[in-house]
Amino acid sequence: MSFRARHLLGIEHLAPDEITEVLDLADQYADHNRAGRSHKDVLAGMTQINMFFENSTRTQASFELAGKKLGADVMNMAMQASSIKKGETLIDTALTLNAMHPDLLVVRHPNSGAVDLLAQKVNGAVLNAGDGRHEHPTQALLDALTIRRAKGRLHRLSVAICGDISHSRVARSNIMLLGKMENRVRLIGPPTLMPSGISEFGCEVFDTMEEGLKDVDVVMMLRLQKERMDGGFIPSEREYFHRYGLDFAKLSNAKDDAIVMHPGPMNRGVEIDGNIADDINRSVIQTQVEMGVAVRMAAMDLLARNLKLNRKNPQGVMA
Amino acid sequence: MTKTLFTNARLIQPVALTDSIGALLVEDGVITEVFEEAPKVKGAQVIECGGMCLAPGIIDIGVKVSEPGERHKESFRSAGRAAAAGGVTTIVTRPDTLPAIDTPETLEFVARRAQEDAPVHVLPMAALTKERAGREMTEIGFLQDGGAVAFTDCDRVVVNTKVFSRALTYAKSLDALVIAHVQEPGLSEGAAVTSGKFASLRGLPGVSPMAERMALDRDIGLLEMTGAKYHADQITTARALPALERAKRNGLDITAGIGVHHLTLNELDVADYRTFFKLKPPLRSEDDRLAVVQAVADGVIDIICSMHTPQDEESKRLPYEEAASGAVALETLLPAALRLYHEEQLTLPQLFRAMALNPARRLGLNAGRLRAGCAADLVLFDPDAPFVLDRATLQSKSKNTPFDGARMQGKVLGTWVDGVEVSGRL
Repeated sequence: MSFRARHLLGIEHLAPDEITEVLDLADQYADHNRAGRSHKDVLAGMTQINMFFENSTRTQASFELAGKKLGADVMNMAMQASSIKKGETLIDTALTLNAMHPDLLVVRHPNSGAVDLLAQKVNGAVLNAGDGRHEHPTQALLDALTIRRAKGRLHRLSVAICGDISHSRVARSNIMLLGKMENRVRLIGPPTLMPSGISEFGCEVFDTMEEGLKDVDVVMMLRLQKERMDGGFIPSEREYFHRYGLDFAKLSNAKDDAIVMHPGPMNRGVEIDGNIADDINRSVIQTQVEMGVAVRMAAMDLLARNLKLNRKNPQGVMA
Repeated sequence: MTKTLFTNARLIQPVALTDSIGALLVEDGVITEVFEEAPKVKGAQVIECGGMCLAPGIIDIGVKVSEPGERHKESFRSAGRAAAAGGVTTIVTRPDTLPAIDTPETLEFVARRAQEDAPVHVLPMAALTKERAGREMTEIGFLQDGGAVAFTDCDRVVVNTKVFSRALTYAKSLDALVIAHVQEPGLSEGAAVTSGKFASLRGLPGVSPMAERMALDRDIGLLEMTGAKYHADQITTARALPALERAKRNGLDITAGIGVHHLTLNELDVADYRTFFKLKPPLRSEDDRLAVVQAVADGVIDIICSMHTPQDEESKRLPYEEAASGAVALETLLPAALRLYHEEQLTLPQLFRAMALNPARRLGLNAGRLRAGCAADLVLFDPDAPFVLDRATLQSKSKNTPFDGARMQGKVLGTWVDGVEVSGRL
């Protein structure tokens, strides 16, 4: 067993063999989920708390379902509505929850680094469900599993990530994961939505879709967040769709068997033509959702194993 | 009449840029003679310095003492003790308190509190605009009469160029020093780190280092218009240096400072969101750090300061973007600056030129050098003594130092203010 981490805070700290181990286990869970096999014993007696400091329906539902499928007692806390509004600090919230001895804490927070901060203060295993524009590791893992199942491998592929790279934690986690697994990553988007220092990321950067999509195996679209419109990053939705929205004409630059991905929720007609999203020959968007549950089951399973090991042997070597 | 003779000391002379063994006689709080060989002086208390360094006391421009308003973070008593422990003999305090020091009345309060509680010299600065809001200038004349040595809105930039140009013009008529923070406000809005690969990896909002040069360029334009006496509080990027050099060459009355953290740390020290490294402006790249160290050596950047900014744990133990900026540094200023000496980037006289002589000159003080007739504000230190910093031992009420647990070299053995020892023991 190579997955030794205590928390899943980001892809940055994972080694390639750890990534492979999560994906292998998730692969099995995906098959078992389809076959209707139950795994209620894996997290039986364990408590999972989902703390979402930022709105989420899909990710939270996915984590909840994953936990329940493994037999955990799952609790959802909508942190926006709770004590944060009353002025409690993140650390106090963490300490309060920690006193309830949760085994698994799934946390999403609007500030980069907030989940790392919280993880320093709790005894259970923390899963980062997205922190600011920093990382969203389970999204990158589910994307990787989707690619691996569709393409039969997760190396030496050419992957284009398109859109608002700058504000996207999904992009950061994917860039790191795909890089670690030795793929070529191309980033496409308007220069106003590219992060600073991007030339040092080991990616190729393009500002037109036609060039950037040339012969890629995978097209990963990112959501364009509506609030970016006010920040003056792009002139208008319609110009954005014209230049960067994925339609069949732009997609024709990619390989004939290129797959199309999107982390959801989609803005049809802004970053992606609805007909592509629905094209079962190209779009794997529904598969991504399915793999999401399997990947989260695998991640929680592995973290729970390490947690049990750690409790048996508190002097253990786990960092 | 009290006489003190310091013998067998390595005298750090920031004017002649020399560093040699000698002796120094202090009478009634004033340096009266400097010798190469210690003479016999009748009735003098002799302090045998054992070959350790004796330098002019540090004059630190831009210290935040959190009185009035946030005395739990730092008081004049605690800041004064921290200064004495760190070899700082004059603290020049910032007006970014609650409320701001923007009237003669609040200034009087500060002056009185400082007089009562601080063992070192305290020279207050006052705000340039009321409430530091950048709309109306303060009563610069009254405040100057009340003892304000410089005028600054601290880390707030006077955005309205017309307001700033009038304030500079008015200050010029009183020969008052204006200190400005140089960050283009639109570009730096909401920034927590310097933009670049590190900012992008951590997903933190960054500001381009260009924001500093843009703000400096504007201010230089205003100086050409007004001829005012101006100091940029912190120049931290390579890109701003040519403009600064050019302005000096063109004869403008401009000087620049830098905080010790920007000379000794870089952006990567933030690592996994360590908020004690969150400063304003943010830490820069290593290339920038090396450039500004060289600029201090060349005298392009004139003044090194601590930018002492006390913050309590509550305001630091937050997600990085939400955490407060600033670090305490009165006690760590000297050992941190000595890193540059040990790395052979700056000599001791060069360091004290930037920490004592130049600030004294800028403020018109009769101090900052070891010369007959100057105030006997002195620091005796061992530049090599190693230690590991434990922030709990700091005299400041706030313990927010980025050097916690760091290996440092350089210990203060004694600090004298007007010839009176205020801390340390031989």
